[in-house]
Amino acid sequence: MPAYSDKVIDHTENPRNVGTLDKNDPSVGTGLVGAPACGDVMRLQLKISDDGVIEDARFKTFGCGSAIASSSLVTEWVKGKSVDDALKISNKAIAEELALPPVKLHCSVLAEDAIKAAVEDFRKKQAARRAKEKAKEETAAERQGDK
Amino acid sequence: MTLKLPIYFDNHATTPMDPRVLEEMLPYFTEKFGNAASNSHSFGWEAKDAVEQSREKVAALIGAEAKNIVWTSGATEATNLAIKGAAESYRAKGDHIITQATEHKATLDTCRHLEKQGFKVTVLPVDGEGRVNPDDVKAAITDRTLLVSVMLANNEVGTIQPVSEIGHICRERGVLFHCDAVQGAGKIPFDVNEACVDLASLSAHKIYGPKGVGALYVRRDKPRVVLTAQMDGGGHEQKMRSGTLNVPGIVGFGKACELCRAEMAGEAVRLAAMRDYMESVFLKEIEFAHVNGCRAHRLPGNLNISFPYVEGESIMISMKDVAVSSGSACTSASLQPSYVLKAMGLPDELAHTSIRFGLGRFNTMEEAEYVAKLAVEKIAALRELSPLYEMAKEGIDLSKIQWNPVDD
Repeated sequence: MPAYSDKVIDHTENPRNVGTLDKNDPSVGTGLVGAPACGDVMRLQLKISDDGVIEDARFKTFGCGSAIASSSLVTEWVKGKSVDDALKISNKAIAEELALPPVKLHCSVLAEDAIKAAVEDFRKKQAARRAKEKAKEETAAERQGDK
Repeated sequence: MTLKLPIYFDNHATTPMDPRVLEEMLPYFTEKFGNAASNSHSFGWEAKDAVEQSREKVAALIGAEAKNIVWTSGATEATNLAIKGAAESYRAKGDHIITQATEHKATLDTCRHLEKQGFKVTVLPVDGEGRVNPDDVKAAITDRTLLVSVMLANNEVGTIQPVSEIGHICRERGVLFHCDAVQGAGKIPFDVNEACVDLASLSAHKIYGPKGVGALYVRRDKPRVVLTAQMDGGGHEQKMRSGTLNVPGIVGFGKACELCRAEMAGEAVRLAAMRDYMESVFLKEIEFAHVNGCRAHRLPGNLNISFPYVEGESIMISMKDVAVSSGSACTSASLQPSYVLKAMGLPDELAHTSIRFGLGRFNTMEEAEYVAKLAVEKIAALRELSPLYEMAKEGIDLSKIQWNPVDD
């Protein structure tokens, strides 16, 4: 266990935004990254408004101090940001902010991946919803045409 | 009595020195500073006397004769000397060495080194509790086998190996038997004659003695073991280990052995009671907790336990006033989970959640109660943070999920 920065210790002892959002809510994107056999799994959930702003972020993490701190920090950072800005958060910025030791850099990579995975999930849901709506509209239009 | 923090529960890594050991050593740093090899004056004779008295004490702990004790800088050196020294010395007789998967790196890496030099090494598997089957040893011995090396007790899970059975098999087959007795000697009864051990590695700092001193027991008759020295020089220690003796360290080692011999039985009962208390609290209070190792054959101060869905390092951070260790990859330089737990068939995800509590002479029941309570609390909090725990509670089979590990 490396000597950690105060920021890592703080996030580990007082993790921010721990919790679960409804994964079936179409405005919620869920990213689950990592693997139990590798010793770290992060789940990041983002609630995104219609205009693409991250209104809420929640996480749960199985992993070491750096993994918990990286995901906790990310929830703080993404809140209030647009999806596009959130996607610009790099693992490097996370690692620098937390002063992660070199052996722990993969934790920041995981946190970056978690953002991407959550956004991807949200976008998939939105696309599915749009497709459904479109299908509905088409059916409605067809029905109207029938009349 | 008030509890003093931090609490040290990592006595397999090293132990604090017993104040009685320190007291015995102190004069040998200053007024009794002689070189034990100086045979022309009283300073040297005084040092030599002290060294020989310690030799008696170390030998007595393991039922050996004093002349069979060779001082080293520690157990790693002792093990290197035993295995490489025997391999080189008996190369004409054979080129095959047998060891087992949960040995200390001092043994495994020494065997690997010899493998590169053309020796053949068999690494026997262990069962789910970390024990070697003596029948496997028997079956692995060939006409070319020169040495078997099996530890007395494991440093991670505390599993005690059937060394006496293995020793008898080796004796019968005319194969040398080396035993890394570092974790077991001084904690549980161990007699080199009863167990037919020919070579045994010992360390002072695991038994409340100083760091930087160890010993190798080398049987000198029936059979007479001849080792090739691994360090050339003044021919100290019957030509097996050159180098000026660490007299204060040796004096401390002797005292540490004397104390263990006198107090081992009572201490084992006390430590086992503390350990059993903690174990029962964890098994009762922490759902899915899983004891690693062999509950029937285990060092009295050892408790290695997995707390599924909570990573070991995060547990250690959350109990930062308690010194323990973990089989998690995140705590090792190699970023690999414990090879000992792996050899026992424990899946990586459980190895990552393991904590080793190592109780020792200076721990108290009050500390055990405090740590047990704290761990229960912190693990519950960490589980609230664990996506895996949430999923498990929802009835999701984690083994069926397609995970996406990070490549780095």
